[in-house]
This record gives sequence, C-alpha cells and structure tokens, in this order.
Amino acid sequence: MISLKINGLQVSVEDGATILEAAQFLGFPIPTLCYMDGLSPYGACRLCVVEIGEGPKAKLVSSCTYPVEEGLSVRTGSLRVLRARKMIIELLLASCPQSKTIQDLAAAHGVRQQRFKQEYEDCILCGRCVRMCEQQMMAGAIGFRGRGQNRSIGTPFDVRSEECRLCGGCIYVCPACQLRCTYTEPDKAVCGGCANLPPPCAEKEAFNDRMCYMDPCVACEIEKQG
Amino acid sequence: MTYDTYIADSEKTGTQRVVDPETIGKILDKHSRDQGALIAILEDIQAEYGYLPEEALRMVGKRTGRSLVDIYGIATFYHAFSLEPRGRHLICACSGTACHVRGAPKVIEEFERQLGIKAGQTTPDGEFTFQTVNCLGACALGPIVVVDGHYFSNVKTAKVKKILMSAPVEGDRIEHAVA
Repeated sequence: MISLKINGLQVSVEDGATILEAAQFLGFPIPTLCYMDGLSPYGACRLCVVEIGEGPKAKLVSSCTYPVEEGLSVRTGSLRVLRARKMIIELLLASCPQSKTIQDLAAAHGVRQQRFKQEYEDCILCGRCVRMCEQQMMAGAIGFRGRGQNRSIGTPFDVRSEECRLCGGCIYVCPACQLRCTYTEPDKAVCGGCANLPPPCAEKEAFNDRMCYMDPCVACEIEKQG
Repeated sequence: MTYDTYIADSEKTGTQRVVDPETIGKILDKHSRDQGALIAILEDIQAEYGYLPEEALRMVGKRTGRSLVDIYGIATFYHAFSLEPRGRHLICACSGTACHVRGAPKVIEEFERQLGIKAGQTTPDGEFTFQTVNCLGACALGPIVVVDGHYFSNVKTAKVKKILMSAPVEGDRIEHAVA
C-alpha cells in the first residue's frame, strides 16, 4: 500500500494504481475523455490534469498515466487545475464543437466561450478507437498515421484492413465523431456505425452486413415514418 | 540507411522492381524480432527499393507478427521513409528557421521552377525527387541543399542550375565542384 495526500486527505491506495484510479475510488471526481475502463491509459486529451507537488515545484500531470507515489500530494480541484481544464475544453470545442461529449463537458465545467479559430474536425485524436481495436477487439485494423498536423486515424493505405471484422467497436467508443469511415463508399467503410447517419443511411441495402450501435437509429426511424 | 547506400542502390530504383519475398526474408533474417528492430528493417527495405513498397510492408507484418497499422504508422511518421517510389536523385532543401531567414524560400522556389514540380514530388522522368526538410543541423551554412548525400552550403538561386547539372546522370557521385 502507498500512502499519499489527495486534496489534503491522507489516504493509502494499492501499489501500481494511477492517480486517476485512486481519486475515482475515493470519490474525487476527475473528468476524463480519452480514458476508458478496459483500455490502456493514453494521456492524449489531458483533461484529467491534476496538480502534484508543493510550492514552486508543483506541476500539472495527467492523472490517468501518473502512478501513485509515496508521500505524493495531489490536488484535483485547485485553481490552476480548473483553469487548465477549462482551457483544454475550450481548445477541444475549437476543434470539434459538434461532439455531444465535448459539449456536455463544456456545460459541466462552465465553459461559455470559445476564443479560437473555429474548426469542425471529426476527430480529436484521443486514440480510443485505436486502443479499442487493438486491445479489446484484438484486431489492430486502425491506427495513427503521419505526425504533427498531418496525424490522422485510419487504416493502412486507406483500404479496408484484412483484420477489420466490422465490429463497430471503434465507432462505439468514439467521443467526437460519427464519421471516421467513408460511409458513402461501403467498400472503404471501417465499420458500420456511420452507416446509420443521415443522409446515406436511408439506403441501407449496401450496409446490411454492418452492425448498428445507434440508439435510436436515424435510418430506422426514417424507414418507420416513411 | 546512409545516403551512400542510397546512391549505390539508386540504379536499381530506376525501374520499379517487383517485391519478392526472398529479398524481404533476407532483410528480416538480418534483424532480431524485437520491436526496436522495425525501423532498421524499414531502412534496409528502403535502401533496397528506394522506397517502401506496400507489398513489402505487408510481408514484414506477416513475418514479424506485428500489425500492419503499427508498421504503416512508423513508415508515415518519419519523413526519411517514403511510400512513393522516389526518383534516382534525391534533393533535400532545408527550410528550417535559419535557412529560411537566409533565403531558403527563394531557393526552394527556384528548384521547383526548374524541375517543374512541387516539393515532395518526383519529376515525370523519374530522375529527381525534390523535398524540403526542417533542419539539417548546419544552420550557420544555410541555406543548405543536399543532393544524394552531398551538402551544398550558402546556396543561392543562381547556384540551383549548377547543382542540378552536377547531379550524376548515371548514379555516380557528385564532385564537390559547386560547393
């Protein structure tokens, strides 16, 4: 067992746990985005920042990747943390405002403005789908490609992977987008989730063998009404 | 891959070769199977073919048991790797900060004009590939241009033609005459 201080409270947690796991176990809320139970921590979104250390040596770290240390002093809700978190949400809003998950985060944290150049990305590169595909679906069909501003997620050579079983896991865990695959071309589609978005989903014949995670499914609703 | 091996092998790249499993097998046998060897394997393949053929990457994936996305991710991450066939001669113009303020943009423009291609492209005859790099670590000598491993310092637009002319026609090494 390792003893540390979280928000001034002396606690002891199991060796090998991360700060995030310890804090969540003890009931201190830390918002997360790229973190997911069952997937390896990745530290991509930085939303789970906490402040560790004292005085001038205090620094911000991502709690999902930081293992607990003996005598560590953690603050999950200090002014500095809240400010950093708000900024991260604002930046996420700037790149992907249409994401329900990010909108909810913004609302929950009182982010009421977005001062940056507005973009409409359909991916925030959180890597959830990549880890889902590799670690839970044991496929490894999609991954990161390129680097810097050219970094993107997709299949090698932009053709459907032989490893892909169209399970739809990637779309299921995606917090930002429903448009990862090129849903208008069934042969290139990574999985079936996006086949359920309007407008192409109404013509479902081409996507019949894909699994659907949408609830409610827009295409089905349209069909019911039609 | 050193640029010397690139030059030595550049003759082979003039015509696109078929990727045969035997060559790839030989390269794989040279390296260990651990994760860190992957970059070395890719370097050897690039030295062999001048670029990374899709077929070769698939073979590497099958033989090493690594997923193709991992290999593809690494191949696209490093600028040193190319997934497109490259020309017989590789021209790298530095566009780093120091070279930039010393006039690299004009030099790059001149190269593009004379070759009739944009940075990152290959001339239709397969002779030259022109690309920009971010820093070559010799900032005091900028603007720097590297042709098949030979460095040209303080390049000005007037020198561009000379550099292109001095590029070996038959894959032999450039003399330092221009630099």
